[in-house]
Amino acid sequence: MQSPTIVTSHLTKRYGDFTAVSDLTLEIGRGEVFGLLGPNGAGKSTTILMLMGMTEPTAGSVRVCGLDPVRQPIEVKRHVGYLPEDVGFYDDLSGLDNLIYTARLNGLTEGEARSRSLQLMERVGLAEEIGKKTGKYSRGMRQRLGLADVLIRNPEVIILDEPTLGIDPSGIRDFLRLIVTLSRGEGITVLFSSHHLHQVQQVCDRVGIFVKGSLLAQGDIASLARQLFSCNVSAEGREYGLEDIYNRYFEGGTHNEDHTASA
Amino acid sequence: MKITLHLHKYFSATFYEEHLRRLILAIRKEFSSFSESGAAPGAFRTMVRKEMSDHICSWRVVILMAIILLTCVGSLYTALSAITHAVGSNEEEFFFLKLFTLSDGSLPPYFVFIGFLGPLLGISLGFDAVNTEQNRGTLSRLLAQPIPRDYVINAKFTAALLVISLLFFLLSFLVIGAGLVALGIPPTPSEFMRIIFFTLLSIVYVALWLNLSLYFSVCFRQSATSALAGIAVWLFFTVFYPLIANVLIKAAAPSPYAGERSVYLFERFRFLLMQVMPNELFSQATSTLLMPSVRSLGPLTMEQIEGAIPGPLPLGQSLLLVWPQLTGLIALTLLCFILSYRSFMRREIRSR
Repeated sequence: MQSPTIVTSHLTKRYGDFTAVSDLTLEIGRGEVFGLLGPNGAGKSTTILMLMGMTEPTAGSVRVCGLDPVRQPIEVKRHVGYLPEDVGFYDDLSGLDNLIYTARLNGLTEGEARSRSLQLMERVGLAEEIGKKTGKYSRGMRQRLGLADVLIRNPEVIILDEPTLGIDPSGIRDFLRLIVTLSRGEGITVLFSSHHLHQVQQVCDRVGIFVKGSLLAQGDIASLARQLFSCNVSAEGREYGLEDIYNRYFEGGTHNEDHTASA
Repeated sequence: MKITLHLHKYFSATFYEEHLRRLILAIRKEFSSFSESGAAPGAFRTMVRKEMSDHICSWRVVILMAIILLTCVGSLYTALSAITHAVGSNEEEFFFLKLFTLSDGSLPPYFVFIGFLGPLLGISLGFDAVNTEQNRGTLSRLLAQPIPRDYVINAKFTAALLVISLLFFLLSFLVIGAGLVALGIPPTPSEFMRIIFFTLLSIVYVALWLNLSLYFSVCFRQSATSALAGIAVWLFFTVFYPLIANVLIKAAAPSPYAGERSVYLFERFRFLLMQVMPNELFSQATSTLLMPSVRSLGPLTMEQIEGAIPGPLPLGQSLLLVWPQLTGLIALTLLCFILSYRSFMRREIRSR
């Protein structure tokens, strides 16, 4: 592994008495797809905000692309694309105009902005919706436009916060495939936060399991299974998957619906 | 002896010069460190341009502009119909300014209308500036762009201010043009300058309400709440505060047999109470600027009046007279902006 792109050490965030993230130590390598897996309210979004320099950590340190997001947030944002959960666009502008606006904010000239936006819209499969107002976009289209919006500044890292929420299954498949292509093809580091374990299993090289503010385990799926069950084959002779690991942590409680969906 | 020596330092110009230079250096350093790690050049302009086009294209602003344009035309009409009676009165030298101040009684004059509608314009331009972006989920995306965070609020303020300035200069020049056509006399340079200052003053006044509503838009997540809060403050100052002030004034009124000094103090008290209202500051300042015959705003003693020759003031003196009001308005505007800036910069923005 090359020098890691994202490094956090003993990262902690408290809101009053409530600890949202506690003592998080994490390394994500270049070109890796890292899945941040955890139930709602586990502190995934707070971690991401700290990585982006959009909120200050209470303790600990962060390095993204070798930069400190607390001191150089703008520099960090130039290298990192962030797709917020449930991203919004200016409804009265067309998809293309929204992208051009972002491109202009990133310092592209009028002409560059237009050509790059057109190219990216095609890439994310929105070539036919260029002139349509984003207010009329469906949820899945908005997410894809969000991905184009993130890619417009040629990021080294993209951070996706629950990007598949509310998209239909085939849309999710396309979206995940796009992410994998980006990561493999262009060496972009991807941090993928989700509570859908089968999606994480599908795309991520490594996974961190995040519960109540702390990282319980990290590693690729086989090593996670080994850590937990001391071998990666169950008594029935089946290979342990992420699902078993997840169940081990959450004791099958909250995520029954994911069970049935992935079965 | 020591004290006088020490004080002497503060009276020398070089002392201040040195401090000022240090301050400027520090500010410049601060800004250059900003631009080093700063945003792409032109990002701020792009944002201002987008905000402006949002304003100009929105129905809300179109409706408000239509209302203001209509009142402007209406009061211009009444001024023109009343102006024929004013011919031959002793104030012919500032004839042109009467277009802004005269009325035949059916409609209030132009400057009173602006004092009334200006706050509404300011509030409507700012009340949903930040909270709508947050509710739509565009704010967190915007903050993920490589731009300083204060660009967002600065761009919103600048764009709205530009729209207001455009509108008020348009209206003033419209009135001047109509006056030229209808009256056939051009304004004198001093009249023209007075109109320009009046326009600038109106812009500052509307900017005050704009900043107040900007502050509410940072404070409240619902745009309806922030609009209501802005309107509540406006109503308080136009309706309720004068009532309260009247009660206080009545309670403090001296008996008819009271001495001169207590009457004077009472008048000063009344003046102070009224000056808390931003709309009062505005109307005092505008009436002084547009009516050169206004020679003082506060209470005067007989000694001060003695020997004064009634006559219009030159522009410089009128400006000097309203300087406190002007400073007060600008200070209030800045205060509101600082409040909204502060609470916006400290806020943690999450998606939706």
